[in-house]
Amino acid sequence: MQELVRKALSGDTRSIARIITLVENESPYTEEIMKTLYPHSGKAHIVGITGSPGSGKSTLTDKLIHEFKEKGNKVGVIAIDPSSPFSGGAILADRIRMQKHAVDRNVYIRSMGSRGSLGGLSKSTYEAALILDACGKDIIFIETVGVGQSEVDIMKIADTVCLVLVPGMGDDIQIMKAGIMEIADIFIVNKADREGVERVVAEVKMALDLVQKRSWIPPVHSTIAEKGNGITELAASISNHHEFLSISTEGLEKRRNRLVTEVEEILQREIARFTEEKWNQKKTPELIDSLYSRNTDPYTVAGRILEEVLLEN
Amino acid sequence: MTHEKIRVIVAKPGLDGHDRGAKVIARALRDAGMEVIYTGLRQTPEQIVDTAIQEDADAIGISILSGAHHFYFSRIIELLKEHEALDIIVFGGGVIPDDDVPALLAMGAGAIFGPGTTTTTCVDWLKSKVHEKRTLEMA
Ligand SMILES: Nc1nc2c(ncn2[C@@H]2O[C@H](COP(=O)(O)OP(=O)(O)OP(=O)(O)O)[C@@H](O)[C@H]2O)c(=O)[nH]1
Ligand SMILES: [Mg+2]
Repeated sequence: MQELVRKALSGDTRSIARIITLVENESPYTEEIMKTLYPHSGKAHIVGITGSPGSGKSTLTDKLIHEFKEKGNKVGVIAIDPSSPFSGGAILADRIRMQKHAVDRNVYIRSMGSRGSLGGLSKSTYEAALILDACGKDIIFIETVGVGQSEVDIMKIADTVCLVLVPGMGDDIQIMKAGIMEIADIFIVNKADREGVERVVAEVKMALDLVQKRSWIPPVHSTIAEKGNGITELAASISNHHEFLSISTEGLEKRRNRLVTEVEEILQREIARFTEEKWNQKKTPELIDSLYSRNTDPYTVAGRILEEVLLEN
Repeated sequence: MTHEKIRVIVAKPGLDGHDRGAKVIARALRDAGMEVIYTGLRQTPEQIVDTAIQEDADAIGISILSGAHHFYFSRIIELLKEHEALDIIVFGGGVIPDDDVPALLAMGAGAIFGPGTTTTTCVDWLKSKVHEKRTLEMA
């Protein structure tokens, strides 16, 4: 295992890919891998690209890969598509739009199925980003699943969140939804070749004025991703935000808070694992019977399980 | 380990712009619980192999209608060899004459599925092939 991690750290693509698979499959090696890689992480700029289905996230990412690669960056991409709730399988198709970078040594693209996660990411997305970070990528783009509440989850793991909107998709109403304005660091109104761009841009700016309390004022870009219009300016904003984070207290706070969240999440996961194991041992039809007949209650049962877990550890 | 999802690249090399067959097999593999990385049309062997490596795929499925199957299979297998990645299973379908199949298998293709093959046959074959490969890797 150490050999595989060593090769990954030296930038070997196959080893990096292997390690991500191991972590994604929750292999018993996960902890060892993450512990070894962790000291090497913390250098990359993690950029989230989120927005409704079909808004142009993959097309934008493709153009951004090009832009950052040209500036001499090693680029990593993690693109998440939904897994089927029925079969657990998935068709991961985001990278279709990025295939011209497939053979580029300085670009690594990885597709992930959401595997039951609802927040627009998969459970292992953050670990995958950390792996790419530790293995030398300078900038990592994470394309979320284009659904619902993905915006909130991406905020937890990305340094910079870009929210993609499209004119004429009812996104203007979405914008007003509480929370969204605070989440995005950069707004992108894509498909600017369509009617109604100016209105969406104006509405976003207006809404921003209402919530403005931060030292970073989110820029609003209009782009035509398909043609590459507006991408240079967008890339500049992404770099500016990175710069802002590195010199502001807000940026420092963000990174420190993320570490707190990380510990909390590991704790929750580990505790859940112990209690689940114990519960699976105790979950007999007889116990359910006695619950059903009200001879005992769920609180007492849960309490006893917790007690046993605590005593054993 | 039930967690270990099978990951397959489904690619359509060559210049003809027809990927209905590729999409049908992609959906069948997904419905069998696999993760299918769909790369779209007109992929070069280099793109297909680099994609398989970045995605840590167990297998590459290619759909060829153009008649250039000999070239694509030999090139893909050659590139896999260069990358020391011959453990990645290569299989194909499309319109490949029966007479050409033995040569492709000799080259290292895992299986060639003719036009009449049901998706179930293909799915079952791939499942057992990946299982075989993983057992071998564990040893
Ligand atoms: N008119 C127009 N179409 C665009 C533009 N950018 C992307 N598209 C098209 O919009 C469609 C969706 O683009 P994607 O990049 O796949 O969008 P996405 O947000 O990644 O989609 P999902 O991952 O499925 O949520 C494609 O057909 C693109 O060609 C644009 O600027 N203008
Ligand atoms: Mg996409």
